[in-house]
Amino acid sequence: MADTKKLAIIASQGSLDWAYPPFILASTAAAMDMEAVIFFTFYGLPLLKKEIDAKVSPHSNPAMPMKMPFGSKEFQSMNWPIPNMISGNMPGFDNMATMLMKETFKKKGVATIEQLRGMCQEFGVRFIACQMTMEVFGFEKEGFIDGVEYGGAATFLEYAADANISLFI
Amino acid sequence: MSEIASQMELNCEGLNCPLPILKTKKAIDSLNSGEILKMTATDPGSVNDMASWAKRTGHELVSHTESSNVHTFLIRKK
Repeated sequence: MADTKKLAIIASQGSLDWAYPPFILASTAAAMDMEAVIFFTFYGLPLLKKEIDAKVSPHSNPAMPMKMPFGSKEFQSMNWPIPNMISGNMPGFDNMATMLMKETFKKKGVATIEQLRGMCQEFGVRFIACQMTMEVFGFEKEGFIDGVEYGGAATFLEYAADANISLFI
Repeated sequence: MSEIASQMELNCEGLNCPLPILKTKKAIDSLNSGEILKMTATDPGSVNDMASWAKRTGHELVSHTESSNVHTFLIRKK
């Protein structure tokens, strides 16, 4: 297409909930014949690991609805507000919340992060890992999936300068 | 019911955003120009999303019908 639109995303968060928007938007953009780049920096970097172990924490998300992925429709639509005192102090609470979110997503026919990431790569979305934060946090290229490019702020900005949509997530 | 014959059928029932769009893109890539893809979905968001997708990509959304919460889209590859 003569006028290919471009999407530029910075993914700076690596929790399960925040992992979704970059991969959803980039894969959909590619499916809409746009070019897409995701620049992974700071806590977004773990999303490039071969095994993604993203979790979600209700402790830092006070507006997050807590839903049960089983039972009747009425039961599943109920919200279970958990006081921070409990969610922050109970061992394994984040693991439980992560399990519940993954199960709910699965039941609702939502793709997994791994699935969306794979589709991004299949559709030609470019992944750029921030070299500086990799060194700061001790990430190795060997731990990341294949097909990742490496660069810094200038690498991202060179692309983003011509982008139609730029998002910091 | 539609009288237009489709060259390929894609079932996206039970799948949620953005999977119907992503799977539609993959399916349409495997068709030849002018061929028709029939896609069914239960995600109510897919109605607006398919229209936007077609507008952006240039593939023709020939028809959209709904019956007991199942949406049927016919798409002609550009």
